[in-house]
Amino acid sequence: MGTLAFDVAHLFAGGLVLVSFVLLYQDRMTGLINIFTLHAIVLSLSVAWQAYVQHAPHLYLTAAIAILFKAVVIPLGLRRIMVRLRIHRDIEVVGGVGATMLLGICLVALSLVVMLPATAAAAPLAREDLAFALSVVLLGLLMMVTRRNAISQVVGFMSLENGLILAATGAKGMPLVVEISVAFSVLIAFIVIGIFLFRIRERFDTVDIQELDRVRGGRR
Amino acid sequence: MNVPALDSVDALLIVPALAGLVLAFLPGYRLAAGVNCVASGLAFLCACALLPHRPAPGAYLFVDDLNVVFVVLSTFVGFTTSAYSASYIGHEIATGKLNPAHVRFYHAMYQSMMFAMNLALLANNIGLMWVAVEFATLTTVLMVGIHRTPEALEAAWKYFILGSVGIALALFGTILVYMSAEPVLGEGSDAMVWTSLMQHAAAFSPRLLNVAFVFLMLGYGTKVGLAPMHAWLPDAHAEGPTPISAVLSGLLLNVALYAILRFKMLLAANAAAIAPGPLMIALGLASLIFAGFMLYRRDDIKRLFAYSSIEHMGIVTFAFGMGGPLANFAGLLHMTMHSLTKSAIFFAVGHVVQVKGTQKIADIRGLTESHPALGWALVAGVMAIAGLPPFGVFMSEFLVVSSTFARQPLLAIPLALGLLVAFGALLLRLVGLAFGEPSESAGEVEASVVPLYVHLALVLLAGLWLEPHVAAWFRNVAALLG
Repeated sequence: MGTLAFDVAHLFAGGLVLVSFVLLYQDRMTGLINIFTLHAIVLSLSVAWQAYVQHAPHLYLTAAIAILFKAVVIPLGLRRIMVRLRIHRDIEVVGGVGATMLLGICLVALSLVVMLPATAAAAPLAREDLAFALSVVLLGLLMMVTRRNAISQVVGFMSLENGLILAATGAKGMPLVVEISVAFSVLIAFIVIGIFLFRIRERFDTVDIQELDRVRGGRR
Repeated sequence: MNVPALDSVDALLIVPALAGLVLAFLPGYRLAAGVNCVASGLAFLCACALLPHRPAPGAYLFVDDLNVVFVVLSTFVGFTTSAYSASYIGHEIATGKLNPAHVRFYHAMYQSMMFAMNLALLANNIGLMWVAVEFATLTTVLMVGIHRTPEALEAAWKYFILGSVGIALALFGTILVYMSAEPVLGEGSDAMVWTSLMQHAAAFSPRLLNVAFVFLMLGYGTKVGLAPMHAWLPDAHAEGPTPISAVLSGLLLNVALYAILRFKMLLAANAAAIAPGPLMIALGLASLIFAGFMLYRRDDIKRLFAYSSIEHMGIVTFAFGMGGPLANFAGLLHMTMHSLTKSAIFFAVGHVVQVKGTQKIADIRGLTESHPALGWALVAGVMAIAGLPPFGVFMSEFLVVSSTFARQPLLAIPLALGLLVAFGALLLRLVGLAFGEPSESAGEVEASVVPLYVHLALVLLAGLWLEPHVAAWFRNVAALLG
C-alpha cells in the first residue's frame, strides 16, 4: 500500500503540473478550454485518490465538485460566452513560448527548493503534494501575468485555484469547511467574472485587457 | 458565561446579515438608507456591548482584547458612513448616476460587506477568517463597479484579479499553518482554531511557519495595499462610490491588517521561527516612500487620497513590524486615527466632487470661499492626515518616529523622509483645492456634514487629550501584540 499510494498520488500531482505547462502555451481559445477541462479532471482524480488513501470520504465530495463544476459547468459556460462574443475562433498571441516555458521551469524548481526543506518533518506524501501544489499555483500566476485576454486570465486563475485545492487535500484531515469554501469561492468568482465579461462586452466589443488599459491611458 | 455578551457577538453577524437580506428587496431609497443606517447603528451598539465584558471563546467566534478594538472601530465607521451615504446616494439618484435597482443592490452589498468584515474580525478559525475576507472582497468589487462606466469596470476588474490572487496566496499560507499545527494538535478543526493555535504555537514546525508567513504577508498584504501589490487600490478608490472609498480605506484595509497581526503573533509565539518584523518593516517603508512620491503626480482628488491611504497603511505596518509596547501602541493609535481621518476626508471629497462635477484637482479651486462648510472641513482633514498638530495623527506619527529613533535610528531616517515627502505633497494640493479664486460649481448638494465633523472632532480630541481609559486599553492591546 505504502509505495503504491505514494506513486499514484505522485503521478496525479505531477500530471497536474504537466497540464499546467500545456495551458501555458495554448494560443487557441477552444484549446485553452479543453486543456483546462483536462486540468480539472486530473485534479479530481488526484483528490479522489487522496480520499481513498486517507480514508476521508468527505474528500470524494470535493472530487465530485471539482469534476462536475470545473470539468463540465465552467467549460460549457466559457464556451457559451465565447460563442456569444464571437471569439471562439480567435488566436491569442502568446509572446515568447520558449521564454515562458523556461520561466515556468524555474518556478517549479523554486517551489521544490522552498517547500521540500520546509516540510522536512511532514509525511513524504504531503511533502511532494505541497511542492507540486505550489508549482501549479505559481504556473497559474505566470499564466495570468503573460496573458492579455480576459478569458485566459480567468482560466489562469482557475488553474491557480486547482493548485490550492491540491494543497488543501494533501494536508491530512483539513476540515471540510475549507474545501467547500474553496469550491464556493470559485463558483462566486466565476459568476462575478461572468458578469464582468458581459459588461465589458457591452462597453468595448472586446474582452482584451489591453483595451481596458487604453481606456485609462486616454483619460490621463 | 455572560449570556447577554454572547448574544451581542452573534448579533454583530445577524444584524447585518438580516439587514442585507431585507435591503435586497426593499424599494424606495429613503427607507432603504434609513434601514441601512439603523442596522449599522445597531451593530455599533452591539460592538460597544462587548467592551465591558467578553464572552468565553466559542468554536467559531471569539472576542479578545485585540479584535474588540477593530470591531468597535469598524462598526463605528460603518455607522457614520451609512449616515453619510444616505445624502450621497440621494444626490446620485437625483442626478441620474444611479438608478433605484442599483441603489437596492448597493445597500444590500453594504450590509453584506459589514457582515463579512465582522465575521473576519470575530472568527476563531483561520479558515473561516479567510472565507470572510474573500467574501468582503467580492462585495466591495461589486460596489466598485456599480457605476458601470468603462473606468469603473476597469477598476473593479483590476481589484478583482489582484484581490483574488492575494486571497489565493493567503489561502496557501493558511493551509501551511494548518500543516504545521496538525502534528501537534491532531487532525481536524482544532488545528485551525486561533485560541488553540496560540497556546501550542511553540511546538509547531518553524520552517513551515516561516514559509506560511511569507505567503500570508503577501496575500493579506495585497488587501492592505502594501507597495508592490497596491495597484488595485487607487483605481478602486477613485471609481467606486465615495462612501465605498471611505469604508475601503477606513475598514477593509484594517481587516486585512488584523489578519497579518494575528499571524504575526503566532510566529512570535514560536521561538525558532523567523522574526516577522523585518518583512513588515520593509513592506511598510516601501509603501510609505513610494506613496509619498506618487502623491505629487496625482491629478484626481480621490486617487490622491487613495495614495495617502497606502502611505498610512505603510506607516502602520512599519510600526507593528517594529514591535514592542511603544511602537505597537503607536501603530494601533495611528491605525485608528487614519481610519477616522481618512473616512472624514472621503466624506468631504464625495460632496466636493458632487458640487464641482469633477474629480480633477486642477478644476477644483477655492473651496473655502464657495463652500465654507465643506471646504474648511477638507482643510482640517487634510491638515490632520498630513500630520500637523493638534490632531491625533500628529501624535501617533510622532510616537512612531520617536520609538523608531530610540531603537533603530537608521530606520528612522527613511521613515521621516517618507513622512516629509507626503506632507509636502498634501499641503501643496490642499492650497490649490481650498484657496484662491473659486472654480465653477456644477450644482448644489444637500451635504450631510455631521458624520464628517464627528470624525474630525474625535481626531482633534485624541490629539489634545487621549482619554486615560482608551490609552490604558490601547496599551494593554499593545502589550498583547508583543
